[in-house]
Order: sequence, then structure tokens, then C-alpha cells
Amino acid sequence: METIIRSSTKGASRPGSAKTSRVAGRFRAPRTLILLSAVFVAGCSSAPKQQTEPVTSPVLSAPPTTTAPLESTRPVYAGPWEDPGNPLYQRTIYFDYDTAEIKPEYLPVLRTHARYLGTNAGVKAKLEGNTDERGTREYNLALGDQRAESVRRLMIADGVSPNQLSTLSYGEERAANPGHSEQAWRLNRRVVIQY
Amino acid sequence: MPRHQRRPSILMAFAVVLFGFGLGFGAEPAQARLNIEVTGGVEAAQPIAVVPFGVSDGLIPPVDIAAVISADLARTGRFRAMPTRDMLDMPARHEDVDLRDWTLLGMNNLVIGRVEPDGSGYRVSFILYDAFRGDQLASTTLVSTKAGMRNTAHRISDIIYQKLTGQRGVAATRIAYVTATGQGEGQAVTLRVADADGYNPQTIVSSGEPIMSPAWSPDGRRVAYVSFENKRAAIYVQELASGRRELVASHPGINGSPAFSPDGRKLAMTLSKDGNPDIYVLDLTSRELVRLTEHFAIDTEPSWSPDGQQIIFTSDRGGSPQIYRMGSGGGPAQRISSEGDYNARASYAPDGRSIVLVTRVNGMFRIGLVDLDRGFMRLLSNGSLDESPSFAPNGSMVIYATIHGGRGVLAAASIDGGGNQRLSQDSGEVREPAWSPFLN
Repeated sequence: METIIRSSTKGASRPGSAKTSRVAGRFRAPRTLILLSAVFVAGCSSAPKQQTEPVTSPVLSAPPTTTAPLESTRPVYAGPWEDPGNPLYQRTIYFDYDTAEIKPEYLPVLRTHARYLGTNAGVKAKLEGNTDERGTREYNLALGDQRAESVRRLMIADGVSPNQLSTLSYGEERAANPGHSEQAWRLNRRVVIQY
Repeated sequence: MPRHQRRPSILMAFAVVLFGFGLGFGAEPAQARLNIEVTGGVEAAQPIAVVPFGVSDGLIPPVDIAAVISADLARTGRFRAMPTRDMLDMPARHEDVDLRDWTLLGMNNLVIGRVEPDGSGYRVSFILYDAFRGDQLASTTLVSTKAGMRNTAHRISDIIYQKLTGQRGVAATRIAYVTATGQGEGQAVTLRVADADGYNPQTIVSSGEPIMSPAWSPDGRRVAYVSFENKRAAIYVQELASGRRELVASHPGINGSPAFSPDGRKLAMTLSKDGNPDIYVLDLTSRELVRLTEHFAIDTEPSWSPDGQQIIFTSDRGGSPQIYRMGSGGGPAQRISSEGDYNARASYAPDGRSIVLVTRVNGMFRIGLVDLDRGFMRLLSNGSLDESPSFAPNGSMVIYATIHGGRGVLAAASIDGGGNQRLSQDSGEVREPAWSPFLN
């Protein structure tokens, strides 16, 4: 049986979360909700941007394409989620292997964030889905997407406006722990709520 | 009058040492190249002698052509190249060859050659002999620039390989791969393309964000890949010669698993813009995007059959990831993987008769080869986290990513079990190899 994970940072544990035993029925969004979400996402999807970048010199002599992130700065104090004493401080939830089902012990954490977002309609959150390294990279990219999507649907069901939420899957590309053991893997199967 | 290289054994020993440490002859690019180790399976190989090529007086070729050819042939697992120090004689011209000497040394085949100046470049000629029958199996002259000498040597290797095995060689092909150093936000990731022997690595893209899933166009001129450089996954197609690239997919959600159709006109991919990861095909000319799967499970990792008629993909619609097949225009999908509870990232062999995939065996992720006619699976690797298998264009080998000594490296396995090799960098991770198509 898998050990139940708490956030590795002090002050982040939620009452009861460490001792909650595994419950058979896990959260899964109702099918109608899934369909509604799908319709919503389809509605916002845009055609691919067809952008052609300038020609550089041939590859034998050309400097490689170097990419830079569009934004890289963060304010020193961005919001209450940065305060270790605040319940919003726990922004990571963990998953079992090869599943996007949210474990019941994380429902209180997610509801705390949903309540905050519901109250603060101007705040936006990015849900980052991650997996452990086992299995193939593209399957894991899809699995990370499903994990982020599970959290998004739960939060929408809890009253958060869809346009406050975005998802991003890193698959296995952004390990929290680079090790090759279950101890590392369980920390990597996660969704992080980024404000 | 050409002068023979008189001290080849010392030179060869030196070359072997340098080769083993990842250095080499001539001017090396500044970038770390892939070091290749042949890791076994050479017992059944055919003996062949590749005599150091004769050179005209005063000429110093930038590459030891015979050493490159010997290494190319040895890497196929089908040949065992005679060490230069064991050679009794080093003929460079037909009239100096006594084939009986070579048959006494147990050599089935002999290669001799010469390098002569040709303008600012070189003229390289060689003869391949069947030592027992006394026949000349090939006799060819190639003109080469100085910079192209390694490639010329690879082309000669491929001519020899084809004459002796009946199959096209892959020495003059290339591999694309991803390198990574550091972790998380501090990581440096590059997409590189190198010769099949690890030389001439060229960085195509470098980024502080993940780069994934390189895929070659069928003409070998373009590479599609997934880059997170804008803090989200997007698919680019980049022309190697010019560096010019195009953003072809940047939808909400994931944009992954690019795969060129065999005619190069379409790109299959995975998008989750409609709420869930599904397979789509983008027409690269008309930009028409067609959705091929519509399922609440994960559908990803599309791969085209060589005739372009079918697409195989990974889906967990049955509860665990398995390989399914559908028409390349969509329609019903049929499961084709039968053994095991995790099968993913399948791709067709060039002849379409088998597929390679990642399969889980007792908790270990390994590379499997599935014979599609018989449904039989054979394991090609023995690691615990092996992934990203990619066929050589002649179908003789599969290159894949594995972990060795705690680091990500590449490995290649012969389909017939004949030879294995490992490709690593001196530092950092190497992963996601994609073997190019034939390039000439």
C-alpha cells in the first residue's frame, strides 16, 4: 500500500490528511460535467498560430535556435499562498501511479483553494500536472494533462469560474525529485496549483 | 607514387585509446559528442580486414578512413574488423595485394584504398575483395571535400555493407536526440543531430525548458519536436539546413507526439484542446486539422504504417496502456498488443511487418519487438527504464534510451541479436533518440 503523502514542507499539513485511510470511492467528475468542460475547452481552443521565423544561416555554421521564456520574474510576495501559516500554502497534491483520480485526502486542500478562487474572482491559477518517470514520455505528458484536468474539473464543480483556471502538463519532464525509486516517484506524481 | 602508412599499429593503438575516451582524429566540434561503446554480441561476426588507406606524399588526410570504416562495420554487429597491428602487409594498390596472405589470416574480405589530392579536396578510391574467391566485389572512387571526409568514409562503409549483406547500410545516416543537464528550472536542454557514430553533433535548439519527441521528416531534411520554450507545450517543424522553423501546433492543453506521414505532407500529433488527449492529423500544406480519435481515455503516440494507410497509437481505453491500430483517416480502432499490462510508444519497422514498443515486464520497462504476423513479442533490452525505441532505416537495429550508471544514455540493439552499442555523453543526460531515414 502506498504511503499517504503530505506536503514535504512544514506547516503545510492539513488536519486529518495524514491519517485518512484510503476510501474505495474516489472522486471522478460526473460525465455530464466532463462533457460540459469539453465543450468549454473546445470553445476556447484557437487555430494553431502559423508563425514562420526568420531564416538563419545553414546548420553547419548557424548558431542553434536559443529559446527564452516569455516571462521569468515573480514578485517577492505574490499572495497568501506564500505564507507557510496559511492553508493555501499547500499547493501540491499527489497521485497514485498511472491514474488521474484525485485521492479523497486531497479534497479538503482543493476545496480550500476553490473557496479562495471563488471569493477572489480576479485571481487566476495554473494547474501543473506531472508524473513520475516510469512509462513513456508522451504517455506521461497525456497523463499529466489528465491529472491537471481532474483538478480543474473539481474546482469548477466547486464553483470556480473556468476562466480563472488553466492547465499545463509537464509529464515526466519536471521531476520534483530526480531519483529512480518509489520515494522519488511518489513526490513526482503531482499537480501543483500555481497562482 | 603513394606512400604507405608505415607505422599503423602505433597509430591504430593511439586511435583506439582516443576513440575510447571520446576524442578522435582531426578537428572536433566544440560540442560534446556521443561516445560509442560496442557492448557485445560480436562473436558471430564475419572477419574483414580494412587496410589503412595509402596516401600521396605529403598529404595528411583529416580522417583515418580505414579506422572509420572498421568502426562502422564493427558497430553493425555483423563484422569483426582486423586490428591493424595484426596485418602482415598494407597494400594500397591492387597490384600489391596477395589474397592468400589474407585467407591465411582468416579474413573473408579485404578492403584497400587510397587518398589523393583533388583540387582543394580529395579523391578516395577503394577495392573490396572476396579473399577466398579472389573477386573484386566493389571498386569505386569518390570525390570528397575536406570537411566531408568522415561522411565519405561512412558512404564507403555502406557500399561494403550492402555488397556483403545485401542490405543497405546506415553508417551515413544521423540520429536526433535530446540532452539535458541540471534539474527543474535550472536545466539546460538541447535538441541535437549527430552522425550515426556520434560524431559531428549539432545543436538544433537549446532551451531552459523541456524539449521532447524529435521526429524526422521522410526526406531527412526537417525535424518536428515539442518545445516548452513559451512555458507550454508546442510543436515546431524545423528545417535542418537553414535553421528555419515553423510553429505548427500551439493549442490549449498538450501538443505532443509529432509523426510525419510517409509522404511527408501530414503530421500526426496528440492534442488535448478538446478536453482530453486525442490523435489528430494536420495537413502541413492546407493546415486542415482532422481529429482521428474521440475517447475519454488517453490516446497518444501515433505512428504511421510505412504505406501510410494505418496509424498505431497508445491508448488506455481498456484500463491499461496498450497499442491500437486504426485507418490513417480515423475510424474504429483495434487492439494489437496482447502481452503485458503496459505497452506504449509503438512504431513500425521499415518493412511494416513488426513494431517496436515499450513494454513492462515484472515492473521493468523494456523494448519489445512484436512480429505482427505471429503476434509474438521478443525483448530487445534488459534495462529497467528503457524507452523511445526508433528503428534504423534499414530495419537492422533499434536505438533507444536507457539508464546506465544512474545517467540517461542511448543504446542500440541489433534485431538479429548480433551486436549492441551504447552512446553516452561525458556529462548530462541523453534521451529520446530518433534515427534518421536514409540520407543519400
